[in-house]
Amino acid sequence: MSEVAAHYSYWVTIFLMIAGMYILIARGNLLKKLIGLAILQTSVYLLYIAPAKLIGGTAPIVAPGFELYSNPLPHVLILTAIVVGVATLALGLALVARIREAYGTVEEDEILQRDRADEE
Amino acid sequence: MAVVVVGMALQRNLFSVVVLFGIYSFLMATVLVALDAVDVAMTEAAVGAGVSTVLLLSALHLTGAEEAKPLHRPLLPLALSLAVGGGLAYGTYDLPPFSDAQAPIHTHVAPRYLKEGPKETGVPNVVTAVLASYRGYDTLGETVVVFTGGAGVIALLRRRRREKKGRDR
Amino acid sequence: MKGDIVLRVVTKLLMPFMLLFALYVQFHGDFGPGGGFQAGVIGAAAIVLYAIVFGLRAGQRVAPEWLVEKMLAAGVLLYAGVGLAGVLLGGNYLDYFVLAADPVQGQHRGIFWVEAGVALTVSGVMLKLFYMFAGRGRAMDEGEGDA
Repeated sequence: MSEVAAHYSYWVTIFLMIAGMYILIARGNLLKKLIGLAILQTSVYLLYIAPAKLIGGTAPIVAPGFELYSNPLPHVLILTAIVVGVATLALGLALVARIREAYGTVEEDEILQRDRADEE
Repeated sequence: MAVVVVGMALQRNLFSVVVLFGIYSFLMATVLVALDAVDVAMTEAAVGAGVSTVLLLSALHLTGAEEAKPLHRPLLPLALSLAVGGGLAYGTYDLPPFSDAQAPIHTHVAPRYLKEGPKETGVPNVVTAVLASYRGYDTLGETVVVFTGGAGVIALLRRRRREKKGRDR
Repeated sequence: MKGDIVLRVVTKLLMPFMLLFALYVQFHGDFGPGGGFQAGVIGAAAIVLYAIVFGLRAGQRVAPEWLVEKMLAAGVLLYAGVGLAGVLLGGNYLDYFVLAADPVQGQHRGIFWVEAGVALTVSGVMLKLFYMFAGRGRAMDEGEGDA
Protein backbone atom coordinates (compact mmCIF):
# COMPACT_ATOMS: atom_id res chain seq x y z
CA MET A 1 0.00 0.00 0.00
CA SER A 2 2.82 2.39 0.67
CA GLU A 3 3.96 1.80 -2.89
CA VAL A 4 0.71 3.36 -4.10
CA ALA A 5 1.02 6.30 -1.75
CA ALA A 6 4.61 6.88 -2.73
CA HIS A 7 3.93 6.98 -6.44
CA TYR A 8 0.44 8.48 -6.49
CA SER A 9 1.67 11.81 -7.77
CA TYR A 10 3.31 10.14 -10.76
CA TRP A 11 0.14 8.29 -11.63
CA VAL A 12 -1.93 11.45 -11.58
CA THR A 13 0.66 13.05 -13.85
CA ILE A 14 0.58 10.08 -16.22
CA PHE A 15 -3.20 10.12 -16.36
CA LEU A 16 -3.24 13.80 -17.28
CA MET A 17 -0.48 13.23 -19.81
CA ILE A 18 -2.24 10.43 -21.66
CA ALA A 19 -5.54 12.30 -21.51
CA GLY A 20 -3.88 15.25 -23.21
CA MET A 21 -2.18 12.98 -25.70
CA TYR A 22 -5.45 11.21 -26.46
CA ILE A 23 -7.22 14.50 -27.16
CA LEU A 24 -4.29 15.52 -29.32
CA ILE A 25 -4.33 12.47 -31.57
CA ALA A 26 -7.93 11.32 -31.47
CA ARG A 27 -9.86 14.50 -32.17
CA GLY A 28 -10.02 16.08 -35.58
CA ASN A 29 -10.84 19.66 -34.64
CA LEU A 30 -7.65 21.72 -34.67
CA LEU A 31 -8.66 23.90 -31.73
CA LYS A 32 -9.35 20.87 -29.60
CA LYS A 33 -5.98 19.43 -30.57
CA LEU A 34 -4.34 22.60 -29.32
CA ILE A 35 -6.20 22.34 -26.03
CA GLY A 36 -5.01 18.74 -25.72
CA LEU A 37 -1.48 19.99 -26.26
CA ALA A 38 -1.95 22.55 -23.49
CA ILE A 39 -3.15 19.84 -21.12
CA LEU A 40 -0.11 17.75 -22.00
CA GLN A 41 2.12 20.72 -21.17
CA THR A 42 0.51 21.33 -17.78
CA SER A 43 0.89 17.67 -16.88
CA VAL A 44 4.61 18.01 -17.55
CA TYR A 45 4.73 20.92 -15.09
CA LEU A 46 3.24 18.63 -12.48
CA LEU A 47 5.78 15.98 -13.40
CA TYR A 48 8.60 18.32 -12.45
CA ILE A 49 7.12 20.03 -9.42
CA ALA A 50 5.81 17.01 -7.56
CA PRO A 51 9.27 15.52 -6.84
CA ALA A 52 10.51 18.89 -5.64
CA LYS A 53 8.21 18.98 -2.66
CA LEU A 54 9.49 17.93 0.73
CA ILE A 55 6.81 17.12 3.28
CA GLY A 56 7.24 19.54 6.18
CA GLY A 57 9.09 22.00 4.02
CA THR A 58 7.90 25.37 2.93
CA ALA A 59 8.11 27.58 -0.13
CA PRO A 60 11.70 28.31 -1.17
CA ILE A 61 11.84 31.85 0.17
CA VAL A 62 14.49 32.09 2.83
CA ALA A 63 13.07 33.58 6.00
CA PRO A 64 14.09 33.35 9.64
CA GLY A 65 12.33 30.61 11.52
CA PHE A 66 12.04 28.12 8.66
CA GLU A 67 14.50 25.33 8.24
CA LEU A 68 13.34 23.00 5.51
CA TYR A 69 12.66 24.38 2.04
CA SER A 70 11.27 22.72 -1.01
CA ASN A 71 13.64 22.50 -3.94
CA PRO A 72 13.66 25.70 -6.01
CA LEU A 73 15.36 24.40 -9.14
CA PRO A 74 12.36 22.76 -10.82
CA HIS A 75 10.31 25.87 -10.05
CA VAL A 76 12.69 27.91 -12.16
CA LEU A 77 12.54 25.48 -15.07
CA ILE A 78 8.77 25.30 -15.00
CA LEU A 79 8.40 29.08 -14.80
CA THR A 80 10.23 29.30 -18.10
CA ALA A 81 8.23 26.39 -19.49
CA ILE A 82 4.87 28.01 -18.71
CA VAL A 83 5.71 31.20 -20.55
CA VAL A 84 7.16 29.32 -23.51
CA GLY A 85 4.00 27.22 -23.55
CA VAL A 86 1.77 30.24 -23.87
CA ALA A 87 3.93 31.57 -26.71
CA THR A 88 3.55 28.21 -28.46
CA LEU A 89 -0.20 28.24 -27.89
CA ALA A 90 -0.46 31.73 -29.33
CA LEU A 91 1.46 30.76 -32.46
CA GLY A 92 -0.67 27.66 -32.86
CA LEU A 93 -3.85 29.71 -32.54
CA ALA A 94 -2.59 32.19 -35.11
CA LEU A 95 -1.94 29.30 -37.52
CA VAL A 96 -5.43 27.92 -36.86
CA ALA A 97 -6.95 31.32 -37.61
CA ARG A 98 -5.08 31.49 -40.91
CA ILE A 99 -6.06 27.94 -41.80
CA ARG A 100 -9.66 28.84 -41.17
CA GLU A 101 -9.38 31.72 -43.58
CA ALA A 102 -7.62 29.67 -46.22
CA TYR A 103 -9.76 26.52 -46.05
CA GLY A 104 -12.97 27.69 -44.44
CA THR A 105 -12.85 24.97 -41.81
CA VAL A 106 -10.78 23.74 -38.89
CA GLU A 107 -11.70 20.07 -39.11
CA GLU A 108 -8.76 17.91 -40.03
CA ASP A 109 -10.69 15.53 -42.31
CA GLU A 110 -12.16 18.31 -44.39
CA ILE A 111 -8.78 19.98 -44.76
CA LEU A 112 -7.20 16.75 -45.97
CA GLN A 113 -10.06 16.24 -48.43
CA ARG A 114 -9.57 19.73 -49.80
CA ASP A 115 -5.87 19.11 -50.26
CA ARG A 116 -6.47 15.83 -52.05
CA ALA A 117 -9.06 17.44 -54.28
CA ASP A 118 -6.65 20.24 -55.10
CA GLU A 119 -3.94 17.82 -56.07
CA GLU A 120 -6.11 16.03 -58.63
CA MET B 1 -8.88 17.53 -12.14
CA ALA B 2 -9.23 14.17 -13.78
CA VAL B 3 -12.98 14.72 -14.04
CA VAL B 4 -12.47 18.09 -15.69
CA VAL B 5 -10.05 16.65 -18.22
CA VAL B 6 -12.34 13.74 -19.13
CA GLY B 7 -15.16 16.23 -19.55
CA MET B 8 -12.99 18.25 -21.88
CA ALA B 9 -12.21 15.22 -23.98
CA LEU B 10 -15.83 14.23 -24.42
CA GLN B 11 -17.45 17.63 -24.85
CA ARG B 12 -18.13 18.79 -28.36
CA ASN B 13 -19.29 22.31 -27.73
CA LEU B 14 -15.98 24.15 -27.90
CA PHE B 15 -17.02 27.08 -25.76
CA SER B 16 -17.64 24.79 -22.81
CA VAL B 17 -14.30 23.13 -23.51
CA VAL B 18 -12.54 26.48 -23.18
CA VAL B 19 -14.38 27.24 -19.93
CA LEU B 20 -13.39 23.82 -18.61
CA PHE B 21 -9.83 24.63 -19.57
CA GLY B 22 -9.96 27.74 -17.41
CA ILE B 23 -11.28 25.68 -14.49
CA TYR B 24 -8.52 23.14 -15.08
CA SER B 25 -5.86 25.84 -14.96
CA PHE B 26 -7.18 27.18 -11.68
CA LEU B 27 -7.23 23.71 -10.16
CA MET B 28 -3.70 23.16 -11.37
CA ALA B 29 -2.63 26.42 -9.73
CA THR B 30 -4.13 25.34 -6.39
CA VAL B 31 -2.39 21.98 -6.60
CA LEU B 32 0.86 23.81 -7.25
CA VAL B 33 0.37 25.94 -4.14
CA ALA B 34 -0.21 22.77 -2.14
CA LEU B 35 3.12 21.57 -3.50
CA ASP B 36 4.88 24.71 -2.21
CA ALA B 37 5.53 26.12 -5.67
CA VAL B 38 4.19 29.60 -5.09
CA ASP B 39 5.90 31.43 -7.98
CA VAL B 40 4.88 28.74 -10.41
CA ALA B 41 1.32 28.75 -9.10
CA MET B 42 1.04 32.51 -9.56
CA THR B 43 2.38 32.27 -13.09
CA GLU B 44 0.15 29.33 -13.97
CA ALA B 45 -2.92 31.09 -12.60
CA ALA B 46 -2.15 34.31 -14.45
CA VAL B 47 -1.06 32.69 -17.70
CA GLY B 48 -3.18 29.57 -17.89
CA ALA B 49 -6.43 30.81 -16.48
CA GLY B 50 -5.99 34.36 -17.72
CA VAL B 51 -4.16 34.85 -20.97
CA SER B 52 -4.56 31.38 -22.42
CA THR B 53 -8.28 31.36 -21.87
CA VAL B 54 -8.68 34.80 -23.40
CA LEU B 55 -6.65 33.79 -26.44
CA LEU B 56 -8.61 30.58 -26.85
CA LEU B 57 -11.85 32.53 -26.66
CA SER B 58 -10.67 34.94 -29.32
CA ALA B 59 -9.60 32.08 -31.56
CA LEU B 60 -12.95 30.42 -30.95
CA HIS B 61 -14.68 33.59 -32.01
CA LEU B 62 -12.68 33.52 -35.19
CA THR B 63 -13.27 29.91 -36.11
CA GLY B 64 -16.52 28.42 -34.91
CA ALA B 65 -18.06 26.89 -31.86
CA GLU B 66 -18.88 23.28 -32.57
CA GLU B 67 -16.77 20.22 -33.16
CA ALA B 68 -17.88 17.83 -35.88
CA LYS B 69 -18.84 14.28 -35.01
CA PRO B 70 -15.85 11.96 -35.37
CA LEU B 71 -16.12 9.73 -38.41
CA HIS B 72 -14.57 6.60 -37.02
CA ARG B 73 -14.46 5.34 -33.46
CA PRO B 74 -11.18 6.35 -31.87
CA LEU B 75 -10.19 2.87 -30.73
CA LEU B 76 -6.64 2.92 -32.03
CA PRO B 77 -5.70 6.23 -30.37
CA LEU B 78 -7.34 5.09 -27.14
CA ALA B 79 -5.41 1.83 -27.16
CA LEU B 80 -2.22 3.67 -28.02
CA SER B 81 -2.68 6.18 -25.19
CA LEU B 82 -3.41 3.43 -22.69
CA ALA B 83 -0.38 1.46 -23.83
CA VAL B 84 1.87 4.49 -23.47
CA GLY B 85 0.34 5.20 -20.06
CA GLY B 86 0.99 1.64 -18.97
CA GLY B 87 4.58 1.84 -20.10
CA LEU B 88 5.08 5.09 -18.24
CA ALA B 89 3.48 3.74 -15.08
CA TYR B 90 5.78 0.74 -15.25
CA GLY B 91 8.70 3.12 -15.50
CA THR B 92 7.70 5.14 -12.46
CA TYR B 93 8.42 2.31 -10.09
CA ASP B 94 12.08 3.14 -10.37
CA LEU B 95 11.55 6.81 -9.63
CA PRO B 96 12.12 8.09 -6.10
CA PRO B 97 9.00 8.03 -3.93
CA PHE B 98 7.16 11.19 -3.09
CA SER B 99 9.06 13.59 -0.84
CA ASP B 100 12.26 11.61 -0.62
CA ALA B 101 14.98 13.80 0.86
CA GLN B 102 17.72 11.54 -0.46
CA ALA B 103 16.65 11.76 -4.07
CA PRO B 104 19.32 13.14 -6.43
CA ILE B 105 17.22 16.17 -7.12
CA HIS B 106 17.71 17.38 -3.57
CA THR B 107 21.35 16.57 -3.04
CA HIS B 108 23.20 18.02 -5.99
CA VAL B 109 23.07 21.77 -6.52
CA ALA B 110 19.89 22.76 -4.69
CA PRO B 111 21.29 22.86 -1.12
CA ARG B 112 24.04 25.19 -2.33
CA TYR B 113 21.52 27.55 -3.90
CA LEU B 114 19.41 27.52 -0.78
CA LYS B 115 22.35 28.23 1.51
CA GLU B 116 24.49 30.58 -0.53
CA GLY B 117 21.76 32.28 -2.54
CA PRO B 118 20.62 34.94 -0.09
CA LYS B 119 24.20 35.64 0.91
CA GLU B 120 25.64 35.98 -2.56
CA THR B 121 22.75 37.84 -4.16
CA GLY B 122 21.00 39.51 -1.25
CA VAL B 123 17.64 38.23 -2.45
CA PRO B 124 15.60 36.01 -0.10
CA ASN B 125 13.39 34.59 -2.84
CA VAL B 126 15.63 31.79 -4.05
CA VAL B 127 13.54 31.16 -7.16
CA THR B 128 14.02 34.75 -8.36
CA ALA B 129 17.70 34.61 -7.46
CA VAL B 130 18.25 31.44 -9.47
CA LEU B 131 16.10 32.67 -12.35
CA ALA B 132 17.68 36.10 -12.71
CA SER B 133 21.19 35.57 -11.47
CA TYR B 134 22.43 32.00 -11.37
CA ARG B 135 20.57 30.95 -14.51
CA GLY B 136 20.33 34.33 -16.14
CA TYR B 137 21.20 33.01 -19.59
CA ASP B 138 18.17 30.74 -19.62
CA THR B 139 15.93 33.66 -18.76
CA LEU B 140 17.49 35.66 -21.56
CA GLY B 141 16.72 32.82 -23.95
CA GLU B 142 13.19 32.60 -22.67
CA THR B 143 12.59 36.32 -23.13
CA VAL B 144 13.80 35.97 -26.70
CA VAL B 145 11.42 33.02 -27.20
CA VAL B 146 8.47 35.09 -25.96
CA PHE B 147 9.52 37.91 -28.26
CA THR B 148 9.80 35.50 -31.18
CA GLY B 149 6.36 34.11 -30.43
CA GLY B 150 4.92 37.60 -30.51
CA ALA B 151 6.81 38.46 -33.69
CA GLY B 152 5.61 35.24 -35.30
CA VAL B 153 2.00 36.01 -34.50
CA ILE B 154 2.43 39.51 -35.87
CA ALA B 155 3.91 38.08 -39.06
CA LEU B 156 1.05 35.61 -39.44
CA LEU B 157 -1.85 37.86 -38.62
CA ARG B 158 -0.77 41.29 -39.66
CA ARG B 159 -3.13 42.82 -42.13
CA ARG B 160 -4.68 46.25 -42.13
CA ARG B 161 -8.43 46.25 -42.03
CA ARG B 162 -8.65 48.41 -45.11
CA GLU B 163 -6.66 45.94 -47.16
CA LYS B 164 -8.77 43.07 -45.94
CA LYS B 165 -12.00 44.74 -46.96
CA GLY B 166 -10.39 45.48 -50.36
CA ARG B 167 -9.44 41.93 -51.23
CA ASP B 168 -12.40 39.98 -49.99
CA ARG B 169 -12.39 36.26 -50.71
CA MET C 1 -20.89 44.60 -23.20
CA LYS C 2 -20.75 48.32 -23.69
CA GLY C 3 -24.10 49.04 -22.13
CA ASP C 4 -23.77 47.04 -18.98
CA ILE C 5 -23.25 49.59 -16.26
CA VAL C 6 -22.27 47.23 -13.46
CA LEU C 7 -19.38 45.87 -15.53
CA ARG C 8 -18.18 49.31 -16.47
CA VAL C 9 -18.21 50.67 -12.93
CA VAL C 10 -16.56 47.61 -11.43
CA THR C 11 -13.88 47.60 -14.11
CA LYS C 12 -13.08 51.23 -13.54
CA LEU C 13 -12.78 50.53 -9.83
CA LEU C 14 -10.62 47.46 -10.31
CA MET C 15 -8.21 48.77 -12.91
CA PRO C 16 -5.92 50.85 -10.65
CA PHE C 17 -5.71 48.01 -8.14
CA MET C 18 -4.77 45.52 -10.82
CA LEU C 19 -2.06 47.76 -12.21
CA LEU C 20 -0.80 48.53 -8.72
CA PHE C 21 -0.74 44.84 -7.93
CA ALA C 22 1.26 44.19 -11.07
CA LEU C 23 3.84 46.77 -10.02
CA TYR C 24 3.88 45.35 -6.49
CA VAL C 25 4.51 41.85 -7.77
CA GLN C 26 7.27 43.16 -10.02
CA PHE C 27 9.19 44.97 -7.33
CA HIS C 28 8.61 42.53 -4.51
CA GLY C 29 9.73 39.58 -6.58
CA ASP C 30 12.82 39.54 -4.45
CA PHE C 31 11.03 39.00 -1.17
CA GLY C 32 7.93 37.06 -2.04
CA PRO C 33 6.54 35.17 -4.98
CA GLY C 34 6.56 37.17 -8.12
CA GLY C 35 9.02 38.70 -10.49
CA GLY C 36 8.98 39.80 -14.08
CA PHE C 37 6.70 37.23 -15.71
CA GLN C 38 3.85 37.39 -13.28
CA ALA C 39 3.93 41.19 -13.23
CA GLY C 40 3.94 41.40 -17.00
CA VAL C 41 1.00 39.04 -17.37
CA ILE C 42 -1.05 40.73 -14.63
CA GLY C 43 -0.45 44.15 -16.13
CA ALA C 44 -1.45 42.94 -19.58
CA ALA C 45 -4.55 41.26 -18.11
CA ALA C 46 -5.62 44.56 -16.56
CA ILE C 47 -5.57 46.31 -19.93
CA VAL C 48 -7.20 43.34 -21.64
CA LEU C 49 -10.06 43.57 -19.13
CA TYR C 50 -10.43 47.25 -19.91
CA ALA C 51 -10.46 46.55 -23.65
CA ILE C 52 -13.01 43.75 -23.28
CA VAL C 53 -15.46 45.84 -21.29
CA PHE C 54 -15.06 49.20 -22.99
CA GLY C 55 -14.34 48.11 -26.53
CA LEU C 56 -11.14 47.53 -28.46
CA ARG C 57 -10.74 51.13 -29.58
CA ALA C 58 -10.87 52.45 -26.02
CA GLY C 59 -8.24 49.91 -25.05
CA GLN C 60 -6.05 50.99 -27.93
CA ARG C 61 -6.32 54.59 -26.80
CA VAL C 62 -4.93 53.56 -23.41
CA ALA C 63 -2.13 51.41 -24.83
CA PRO C 64 -1.51 52.38 -28.45
CA GLU C 65 -0.24 49.77 -30.88
CA TRP C 66 3.06 51.43 -31.60
CA LEU C 67 3.84 51.68 -27.88
CA VAL C 68 3.11 48.00 -27.36
CA GLU C 69 5.34 47.05 -30.27
CA LYS C 70 8.18 49.16 -28.93
CA MET C 71 7.75 47.61 -25.48
CA LEU C 72 8.09 44.15 -26.97
CA ALA C 73 11.50 44.82 -28.38
CA ALA C 74 12.70 47.17 -25.65
CA GLY C 75 12.46 44.47 -23.00
CA VAL C 76 14.75 42.08 -24.83
CA LEU C 77 17.19 44.86 -25.63
CA LEU C 78 17.22 45.93 -21.98
CA TYR C 79 18.05 42.42 -20.87
CA ALA C 80 20.83 42.05 -23.42
CA GLY C 81 22.02 45.52 -22.54
CA VAL C 82 22.50 44.58 -18.91
CA GLY C 83 24.62 41.70 -20.09
CA LEU C 84 26.69 43.99 -22.26
CA ALA C 85 27.14 46.40 -19.36
CA GLY C 86 28.70 43.54 -17.48
CA VAL C 87 31.22 43.08 -20.29
CA LEU C 88 31.96 46.78 -20.61
CA LEU C 89 32.68 47.12 -16.90
CA GLY C 90 35.24 44.38 -16.94
CA GLY C 91 33.44 41.16 -16.09
CA ASN C 92 31.84 38.41 -18.14
CA TYR C 93 28.58 38.73 -20.07
CA LEU C 94 25.64 39.06 -17.67
CA ASP C 95 28.01 39.30 -14.73
CA TYR C 96 26.32 41.25 -11.99
CA PHE C 97 29.20 41.47 -9.58
CA VAL C 98 30.90 44.31 -11.41
CA LEU C 99 27.86 46.54 -11.72
CA ALA C 100 28.41 48.35 -8.45
CA ALA C 101 31.12 48.83 -5.86
CA ASP C 102 29.70 46.19 -3.56
CA PRO C 103 29.05 42.81 -5.28
CA VAL C 104 25.79 42.19 -3.48
CA GLN C 105 24.56 45.65 -4.46
CA GLY C 106 25.60 44.85 -8.01
CA GLN C 107 23.46 41.73 -7.87
CA HIS C 108 20.50 43.79 -6.71
CA ARG C 109 20.89 46.24 -9.57
CA GLY C 110 21.38 43.55 -12.17
CA ILE C 111 18.35 41.57 -11.01
CA PHE C 112 16.22 44.72 -10.91
CA TRP C 113 16.93 45.73 -14.49
CA VAL C 114 16.72 42.21 -15.79
CA GLU C 115 13.30 41.65 -14.24
CA ALA C 116 12.14 45.01 -15.61
CA GLY C 117 13.18 43.95 -19.10
CA VAL C 118 11.36 40.64 -18.75
CA ALA C 119 8.17 42.33 -17.52
CA LEU C 120 8.26 44.79 -20.43
CA THR C 121 8.58 42.08 -23.04
CA VAL C 122 6.03 39.73 -21.50
CA SER C 123 3.35 42.39 -21.03
CA GLY C 124 4.03 43.74 -24.52
CA VAL C 125 3.66 40.31 -26.10
CA MET C 126 0.48 39.44 -24.22
CA LEU C 127 -1.13 42.75 -25.13
CA LYS C 128 -0.05 42.48 -28.75
CA LEU C 129 -1.45 38.96 -28.98
CA PHE C 130 -4.77 40.15 -27.65
CA TYR C 131 -4.85 43.08 -30.05
CA MET C 132 -4.04 40.84 -33.00
CA PHE C 133 -6.69 38.26 -32.23
CA ALA C 134 -9.40 40.70 -31.25
CA GLY C 135 -8.61 43.03 -34.12
CA ARG C 136 -8.94 40.15 -36.55
CA GLY C 137 -12.40 39.30 -35.36
CA ARG C 138 -13.58 42.86 -35.71
CA ALA C 139 -12.47 42.94 -39.30
CA MET C 140 -14.59 39.91 -39.99
CA ASP C 141 -17.78 41.13 -38.42
CA GLU C 142 -18.27 44.77 -37.72
CA GLY C 143 -20.22 45.50 -34.62
CA GLU C 144 -19.92 43.97 -31.18
CA GLY C 145 -16.53 42.55 -30.31
CA ASP C 146 -15.83 39.37 -28.42
CA ALA C 147 -18.34 38.74 -25.65
